[in-house]
Amino acid sequence: MSEAPRTDLAYLPFERRIQEVEKQLAELEQISVRTKLDISSELEALRTKLQQTIGDTYRDLSAWERVCVARHDKRPIALDYIEKVCDEFIELHGDKVFADDKAIVTGLARLDTRRFLLVAHRKGRTTKERMAYNFGCAHPEGYRKALRKMRLAEKLHLPIVCLINTPGAYPGIGAEERGQAAAIAENILQMFSLKTPIVAVVIGEGGSGGALGIGVGDRVYMMEHSYYSVISPEGCAAILWKDGAKTPDAAEALKLTAPDLAAMGLIDGIIAEPAGGAHRAPMVAMQAVKRQILTALDELEALPVETLLHQRREKYRRAGALPGRFPVVT
Amino acid sequence: MSPDFAQPPSDRPVHAAGEAAGDPAQEAAGARWKKKELPSGLWLKCESCAATIYRKELEEKGRVCPACDFHFTLPGRERIKLVLDPESFDERFADLGAMDRLRFNDSTPYADKIKRTESKTGQKEALLCGFGSIEGRKIVIAVLDFSFLGGSMGEVVGEKISLAADLARTHKLPLVIFTSSGGARMHEGMLSLLQMAKTSAALASLNEAGGYSICVLTNPTTGGVTASFASVCDVTLAEPGALIGFAGPRVIASTIKQELPPGFQRAEFLLEKGQVDKIVRRSEMRSMLAKLLDFGAGATAS
Repeated sequence: MSEAPRTDLAYLPFERRIQEVEKQLAELEQISVRTKLDISSELEALRTKLQQTIGDTYRDLSAWERVCVARHDKRPIALDYIEKVCDEFIELHGDKVFADDKAIVTGLARLDTRRFLLVAHRKGRTTKERMAYNFGCAHPEGYRKALRKMRLAEKLHLPIVCLINTPGAYPGIGAEERGQAAAIAENILQMFSLKTPIVAVVIGEGGSGGALGIGVGDRVYMMEHSYYSVISPEGCAAILWKDGAKTPDAAEALKLTAPDLAAMGLIDGIIAEPAGGAHRAPMVAMQAVKRQILTALDELEALPVETLLHQRREKYRRAGALPGRFPVVT
Repeated sequence: MSPDFAQPPSDRPVHAAGEAAGDPAQEAAGARWKKKELPSGLWLKCESCAATIYRKELEEKGRVCPACDFHFTLPGRERIKLVLDPESFDERFADLGAMDRLRFNDSTPYADKIKRTESKTGQKEALLCGFGSIEGRKIVIAVLDFSFLGGSMGEVVGEKISLAADLARTHKLPLVIFTSSGGARMHEGMLSLLQMAKTSAALASLNEAGGYSICVLTNPTTGGVTASFASVCDVTLAEPGALIGFAGPRVIASTIKQELPPGFQRAEFLLEKGQVDKIVRRSEMRSMLAKLLDFGAGATAS
């Protein structure tokens, strides 16, 4: 499956060469239309060059560049997965206590014949939408909504799929008043006891506790150009370097990329993205995520529930520790 | 074009489980908390009411200001001395020390920071744990020590909390935790964030076995510690005036660009908002814990 490269993209700073070649290509295409000259071989050569340029540019991205890709305006977000990949989706709103936090969307979903509960951070496509969804920064009621729906999934014997894409949980007065920390803590704790498979995928930003609050899973995957971090690179630079300009250094130091985290054994796998990032071929990227989710669910649903829960706890209990590093209490 | 990507955006809210922590030792939860160690000299100034206090008097009162009742942050060993029966502390896992897995280097390599802090504090990590007793009632105790890199939670702190929960489960003893922490230790990256999950996994197993846990939140407790084990014990206590929250006050103020209401994120505020069970003064902590342990006898007897 492939898609034509998109040309309506905002370019990231490191994509300058891609931008130049795409501009040349667009000009040549115009000339071809205007003059009706046969320049198909030149066009073909330029298209090949474009693919090479995209490949070269993305082959060895720095940590900070990956963070930029993870935050890209056109990167597929939860709404894209819901509208374009899910075969069915029934949104279920609200924590039934305080509010319906729009920064997290929950609902009953289907991929092919597979039914499950979807829990996802919600970002918008337009400025208006982004503001309405608070840029994917959830309040306590968002986490409580997620937990309530996850309990429903457990009861209905539906697996849970979490799509993570948040800069972090919202730091505000109301959030603190209503127990932001406690809401996240409760979710993390309860997710270790939910008797149903949980698959989590970081599709963009894995921002700290706000990500982990819906991020405990039997399988946790990261898309190739997503990131997952204890603190935002901006926050880390401000605190440790006391200099916002050091953000790229902080991103590097935090080892927050999918390859770094896979190498430390902290995630279960990386989902490859199309050349030039998910935003250049969203359907291809989303189909890869779908395949990984379905494969993981097949594996997990074959396990007895006791094994599933035991393995889930053990996985986090080991959490990247070097072999033999810690004693065992029996 | 997307100008947002041109430069590291400066106006993005800062998000972190270790948020308030920062370089936890220094940054903790606002400038006010910078100095956790009492300055030397006979006299010192209360960091809350600015009263001049005679050092000996402060120490005798368990580091509580005689003028305004402000509860100063207590180093881990002093806490243990104050809470447990004399000579009852049987420390475990004291040899577990931090590793610099990321080779993290900002102004000082993390590895050097660890070494320096080890020699300064005489302990290998920010968490002290083991067996002990309170007025004769045997417990497993875990104490986060703010004087060790701001009580921040890295791999070893998370592991020791989990091991303490395991001890409580296997020995059928109540678990009592004291926290003071800036949150997750960012020098250990995702490994430190995942300690939030690791400790929760251990607590889930303790809960399943019917274990009983009490957490006492002391000044300051923020970030990934508040957002994990510290918030999900069976009973949550707090010391008066303790700063307790998810994000640090500076981060919140800079995100919402407003001044924070007086008393925001203090223990009394949390009590008012229904986030803690009870505020207990330091002088009454031992007797209150003893009573709560008696009420929990049924949980751990099985």
